[in-house]
Amino acid sequence: MTASTAPAQIRARRRPGDTVFAGAALVGGLLILVALAAVAIFLIVQSLPAFGAKPEEITSTGAFPNFWSYVVPLVFGTIWAALLALLFAVPFSIGIALFISHYAPRRIARGLGAIIDLLAAVPSVVYGAWGIYVFAPFLQPFYAFLTSKLGWFPLFSGPASATGRTILTVALVLAVMITPIITALSREIFLQTPRLNEEAALALGATRWEMISMAVLPFGRAGIVSASMLGLGRALGETLAVAMVLSPSVVVSFFLLRSENPTTIASNIALNFPEAFGTSVNVLIATGLVLFVITFVVNAASRAIVGRRGGGKGI
Amino acid sequence: MATSTAVSTGMHSGQLPRYSPVGLLLLSLVVMGGLFLVFLLAGMTAAYNITGAIFFGLVLWVVVTYVASLLVEGSRRATDRLVTALVCTAFGIALLPLISLLFTTITRGAARFDVAFFSESMRNVTDSGGGAIHAVVGTLEITLAATVISVPVGLLAAIYLVEYGRGAIARAITFLVDVMTGIPSIVAGLFAFAFFSLITANAGYRAGFGGAVALSLLMIPIVVRSSEEMLKLVPMDLREASYALGVPKWLTVVKVVLPTALAGIVTGVMLSIARVIGETAPLLLVAGYTESMNYNLFDQRMLSLPVFVYTQLTQPGPNQQDFFNRAWAGALTLILIVLLLNVIARLVARFFSPKLAR
Repeated sequence: MTASTAPAQIRARRRPGDTVFAGAALVGGLLILVALAAVAIFLIVQSLPAFGAKPEEITSTGAFPNFWSYVVPLVFGTIWAALLALLFAVPFSIGIALFISHYAPRRIARGLGAIIDLLAAVPSVVYGAWGIYVFAPFLQPFYAFLTSKLGWFPLFSGPASATGRTILTVALVLAVMITPIITALSREIFLQTPRLNEEAALALGATRWEMISMAVLPFGRAGIVSASMLGLGRALGETLAVAMVLSPSVVVSFFLLRSENPTTIASNIALNFPEAFGTSVNVLIATGLVLFVITFVVNAASRAIVGRRGGGKGI
Repeated sequence: MATSTAVSTGMHSGQLPRYSPVGLLLLSLVVMGGLFLVFLLAGMTAAYNITGAIFFGLVLWVVVTYVASLLVEGSRRATDRLVTALVCTAFGIALLPLISLLFTTITRGAARFDVAFFSESMRNVTDSGGGAIHAVVGTLEITLAATVISVPVGLLAAIYLVEYGRGAIARAITFLVDVMTGIPSIVAGLFAFAFFSLITANAGYRAGFGGAVALSLLMIPIVVRSSEEMLKLVPMDLREASYALGVPKWLTVVKVVLPTALAGIVTGVMLSIARVIGETAPLLLVAGYTESMNYNLFDQRMLSLPVFVYTQLTQPGPNQQDFFNRAWAGALTLILIVLLLNVIARLVARFFSPKLAR
């Protein structure tokens, strides 16, 4: 406390207002931790009765002897539909992102991006309605054609669904729904490509595609993977579009065009929850917990990929 | 320009002319359009297949462009043109669902997009009348409640992350906010149901407030992310100038940082509202379905616009078309609300954000 010692680091006076405000901000942050913990805890607590549920409590027909035999086909359907959607959405999204970032004229590029973002703004229930009444009837003739001409290929074996409301239609609707997310993130990454790398490639005589494949895509690879996984997470959890478009059954089936289709966890909950009572509510909540765990893992993995590269951007 | 083609050593020799991509596109579309017209006249198709004509026209364009370029310009440029054609086609195809969706909603929704739709509920309605005023009121109340919950929490969390957060807690919050953006909406609905049915000891709990809690769970991470980005954009100089004048940190945040970022924060909040206002699944689980008006957020079932659309479509009564018309009118209303929110948000961002030197 003497003047001769080296001056201590100057610290601002802590006013009461500072303490209160910093405390409030911290509480706001901690509320998020609490909320996520509460989600996990309440789902687990409400799920516990499901693991001892009797067959007739799981479904009214009692077709499934225990909870796990019920949830496995649902998990399969969820992942199968989401992966199919990803299969369609990723190439398109990369193409669209490249179009906006490197092909379209500078002046209209921003507007084109906003148009694609409109696809994300449409509520999922509208996608569901469109899927049933416009898209599925539109696709049905193609399905009939595929089963008759390419029926030897296992995925396309018939008989084709008469309504077109198959898992492939669902996957295509999901692909439309996740395309804007993957596009927006990939576009951000492509625009961050170092300008000098692009110009060096062009100066060496590369065509535009060679420049993109040498400079832009290698730079954006981690970003594309992470954007795709975020899209996957969104597709896994999508509820209403699947619930409305699909004619569901709880089965494991790889056939794309038949009228018997594997359903997803989320759509199964939406369809059965309003009429559920007693232990069957707990069974549905337990399947929701499984979905929560799956999406948590996918999202955490995607964020880890971005984090390793550094400078990731959220949605 | 006849001379330039005559001289083979000119700058543009060995290249397709500038107009070739557009010219070939038109040519391909015309050829395929004619081919499908022949199919129609030959009786192979019942109606003129315009989708098929456009689709195969695009395929033909990609192939012809590649072959022409391969012959004239060599394989490297041919690949470049092939990719250009594919990328443009990808963008064009992505627009088709959007156009089809908007067209369908507008044409089918226009039939019941009238005064009665916005002034009557579905109570005791069996004919083509009735409306969705109870659903509109429900959506507004639930979304407003969700906003009232989410904005303070999200904003405080963002302030903590930008102004105060250091170390493990901040890292954990950042990570969990990222993960929270990926929570499926139906899981949020299940949580709200599990929470309130345990707290109220009512196994059949249904109320609008539960839906608001579920929506705020989806909304908070969006508010945090956007507010965080905006607060980070506020220049450090402003904060330092304020500190230099002896202003306490909390007043600096409240009086300097927040007003500077306000436009951006408002934009983010409006976009997050636009994101959750169309959510159906959580409200279907927690808020339930009713045909009557219910103003009370905390008691009884409360209908919302997305659930209205869903139930009208999936559980139509004897006169199906009446229900479908109401459903599409509801869908049109929903899309208009979302579009309006998006437009206002972008206008706020454009006109009210401070002009920072970049």
